[in-house]
Amino acid sequence: MILGVTYSQWLFILTGAGWTLVLSVLGFVGGTVVGLPVAIARASHNRCFKMLTAGYVKLIQGIPLPVIMFICYFGISIAGYDLPALVAAGIAMTLYSSAFLGEIWRGCIEAIPRTQWEASESLALKKSQVLAHVILPQALRIAIPPTVGFLVQIVKNTSYAVVIGFFDLTYSSRVINNSTFKPFVVFTAAALIYFAMCYPLSILSYRLERKLRRHSR
Amino acid sequence: MNYSFDFSFVDTYWPSLLHGLWVSAEISIISLVGGFVLGVGLAVARSQGSPLARRLAGGFVDLTRNTPLVVQTFWLFFGLSALGFLVPAIYAAVVALAINTSGYTCEIVRAGIDAVHYGQKEAASCLGLSRAQVMRHVVLPQAVEKMYPSLISQFVLVMLASSIMSQISVEELTAVGLQIQSRTFRGFEVYLVIAAIYLVMSWLLRVVMTSCYNVAFPKQRHIAKALSSVRGRVRAGGAADAAASEVKS
Repeated sequence: MILGVTYSQWLFILTGAGWTLVLSVLGFVGGTVVGLPVAIARASHNRCFKMLTAGYVKLIQGIPLPVIMFICYFGISIAGYDLPALVAAGIAMTLYSSAFLGEIWRGCIEAIPRTQWEASESLALKKSQVLAHVILPQALRIAIPPTVGFLVQIVKNTSYAVVIGFFDLTYSSRVINNSTFKPFVVFTAAALIYFAMCYPLSILSYRLERKLRRHSR
Repeated sequence: MNYSFDFSFVDTYWPSLLHGLWVSAEISIISLVGGFVLGVGLAVARSQGSPLARRLAGGFVDLTRNTPLVVQTFWLFFGLSALGFLVPAIYAAVVALAINTSGYTCEIVRAGIDAVHYGQKEAASCLGLSRAQVMRHVVLPQAVEKMYPSLISQFVLVMLASSIMSQISVEELTAVGLQIQSRTFRGFEVYLVIAAIYLVMSWLLRVVMTSCYNVAFPKQRHIAKALSSVRGRVRAGGAADAAASEVKS
């Protein structure tokens, strides 16, 4: 019994924290897999690709994440599948983070000077080769600080999965609060656990950004 | 998959959808204004205040930015009721959202304050303005002007985040969706409609805030206009030159 909450109840909260991490990793991996093509298409000169991906980004960024969660959740069920909430939450997080990561990475790709494209074209590299060997490696370097910063958003926003009843840190702490009615203890603990996950990432992002700025000077 | 979509619930439930929309807009606007004022205050404290005020404001901002809004809201709402203050959920929602906004606004405005050239502050204090006057009349307007685009994006995010307040039983748009869903079992369609409403709302907020920007900072608009016309002329001139040289050769 610590602060009026039993040992097994604390363990329950910590299990929720574990699932928050799982969902964050899912969201980031999915966001990377979908977001990278979005970023490349968004930075390309093909008007059709550009319009399509711009529409996708605008659409996702204009809808609240809880509503995206609901749409995925009910969408899976009307499609006739009976899958755990983790799948719906994972898909929703993928959609959400791919739109934002795509937008962040587009900025990074466009920040590479045009002369790099021209120089590599004059070396007779194909477009895909230019991207893979010249542009993306350089863009990656600029992209790391904002991406780490966005990881904080991903971890925090997994808490919205509570709306579809996904068992994460927010959900588990709410369950424990309902049974103990010690909101300050329970939610302060939950906030501290989130803080412990997010704050190191925030600091890391800040440091990396400062380092990058120093190098590029 | 043979599922027939049924949007007929809109006919029956449009008044409650409208009501939810109104509540969402209300929460968003009040907490945006509150969060903006609080955020600017925090930014000033962080860049001008005493070391203690800086530390406190910095700690507050780090706390609000690194914990999720849902947990902050639960903490406030359930915490207040545990203390014996039974506040309506909507007040807790507005306060939680305003606090959350203030953290982000603070960082944005602080970046703007840092970006104002040092000579501006020196020139203003040479004119005999006090430190508060320099802040109020010289630094803050320029800081907000510079960071306005990021503020717009942040405010849209806050408006969208108001959807989570359904979790503490505020009757906003998402909560109305849950009610309709539980009566009609058309969850997918209900949330498609609600997503469309949010989409329109975020677009509208962007448009309104951009026009506020144009009214409040006419200088930026004039510069943008002048720049685009210069660019257009250069482009046209370049094309004419190219045509002329082609004719010559």
